[in-house]
Amino acid sequence: MSVDTQTVKKVARLARIKVSDADAERMTGELNAILGFVEQLDEVNIDGVEPMTSVVEQTMKKRQDGVTDGGYAADITANAPASEDNFFMVPKVVE
Amino acid sequence: MTDLTKLTIAEAREGLKNKDYTSSELTEAFLTNIEAANPSLNAYVAVTADKAREMAKASDEKLAKGEGGALEGIPLGIKDLFATKGVHTQACSHILDGFKPVYESTVTSNLWADGAVMLGKLNMDEFAMGSSNETSYYGNVVNPWRKEGSNAALVPGGSSGGSAAAVAARLCMGATATDTGGSIRQPAALTGTVGIKPTYGRCSRWGIVAFASSLDQAGPIAHTVRDSAILLKSMASVDAKDTTSVEIDVPDYEASIGKSVKALKIGIPKEYRVDGMPAEIEELWQKGIQWLKDAGAEIVDISLPHTKYALPAYYIVAPAEASSNLARYDGVRYGLRVPGKDIVEMYENTRAEGFGAEVQRRILIGTYVLSAGYYDAYYLKAQKVRTLIKRDFDLAWENGVDAILTPTTPDAAFAPGEITDPVTMYLNDIFTVTVNMAGLPGISIPAGLNKSGLPLGLQLIGKPFDEATLFQVGSVIEEAAGSFEAETWWK
Repeated sequence: MSVDTQTVKKVARLARIKVSDADAERMTGELNAILGFVEQLDEVNIDGVEPMTSVVEQTMKKRQDGVTDGGYAADITANAPASEDNFFMVPKVVE
Repeated sequence: MTDLTKLTIAEAREGLKNKDYTSSELTEAFLTNIEAANPSLNAYVAVTADKAREMAKASDEKLAKGEGGALEGIPLGIKDLFATKGVHTQACSHILDGFKPVYESTVTSNLWADGAVMLGKLNMDEFAMGSSNETSYYGNVVNPWRKEGSNAALVPGGSSGGSAAAVAARLCMGATATDTGGSIRQPAALTGTVGIKPTYGRCSRWGIVAFASSLDQAGPIAHTVRDSAILLKSMASVDAKDTTSVEIDVPDYEASIGKSVKALKIGIPKEYRVDGMPAEIEELWQKGIQWLKDAGAEIVDISLPHTKYALPAYYIVAPAEASSNLARYDGVRYGLRVPGKDIVEMYENTRAEGFGAEVQRRILIGTYVLSAGYYDAYYLKAQKVRTLIKRDFDLAWENGVDAILTPTTPDAAFAPGEITDPVTMYLNDIFTVTVNMAGLPGISIPAGLNKSGLPLGLQLIGKPFDEATLFQVGSVIEEAAGSFEAETWWK
């Protein structure tokens, strides 16, 4: 399988990365080289093989459903590019 | 006075305990080395000299009273991927500009609890994506090693290039690193240092910037097998904050060093050869086999038939997980924000400017292979292949193999700019990536120099949670091969 420039632009949009036409053009070639490389997997017989979900066989650890952490909103917003009264500030989303 | 920076951690531990010198003297010696070397090597992206001096002073007070932890007063470098409270933690990416966490990673917390001293944060490939340390926002790291009679710069490998270079150039006694596809072992091999990636689940991933969560593991880079055993013992722990942290006690790894390897069965997988691999890699491998034979180990040929599919499967799984993990960098909660006319354009502008080319490439690949209609063809298939890769190893263990010996890399260090094609760059990890895909421990040990005088490494792969055998067998290779020191051309 290979991708065209339109697909690359669509994927970039899904990934929320702005790409120029020139970038999309360049990336198309690079992505196709990688997709070509992974095509080798088509040679492998995977009939009846379970997909790996964890390299270590262990039951998922469960923790108590309770509040164990928190109460420091100022710390959480300390690194925000824009914040006010411990809220993250973003451009207007809802009209 | 002897050069304190030439000591191993094991030696310094004794010297500090015997009060031959203080941690402050030791720390000062490393800070002096960093100052002299960093303009040439670019191994550190942030030097925390004041903090280092404070920590050393605190250690000296403990040592004076005959107290202190397993790493009391030992100066270390920390990869920029580990969250360190109030200190530069940016995964060497532009998108994390100015980020200073308000918390500490579990691994570094463990080190500080044991008394280690932090010298600073080490350069790396952006978000640990790279094999040459050329993708860092902070510029390339230069390998302390050069070809004999040449002044040309070489890459230190990646992604833990800063960690490996800093250890090799004696800018710290040991360093933390992380390994998703080979990022501890490949740079260790290219710089003549020892690097171990422990079993997945051995070290907590809490507070380490995530790249591919099912593959990422922390581990140390150090000068000797013993030093790496000392560091791993402190770094590893069972952590409730990481659900994939496995509840198995961390053994005293040092105890396995020096134990006989007689009666151990070492597997040699015939698939660990690639086209165009220099003859000297094969020769080094044969030498390693001979050393282990001489030490009494039994050598058996084994087959790991799905080896060649590990790298293509990795380049589906790792980018897929990365595309999900890196979705959080949106210009809202931390780091860089590039304004746009609305919130979506703000996201798009921020991520376009904040991520470098390699990171963008992997996010796009990951987004594509996870997108509707392609999931089964790529991601699901890759995870099935991963099951087969692990099964290959399981069969070897079932047949009584205790450890597997391979070369670490298909070649020695190369020049910056020499490899521009992404897929060719990925091939650097061809011998290391299988280990991540199967979640196994792997160690790289310096085993010799090539004809240009550059270091080469041998890799030992172990059973799950059996790092101890890797230290045991690794020290035999280390003993036979000797140690290797780069010339200090930067002084």
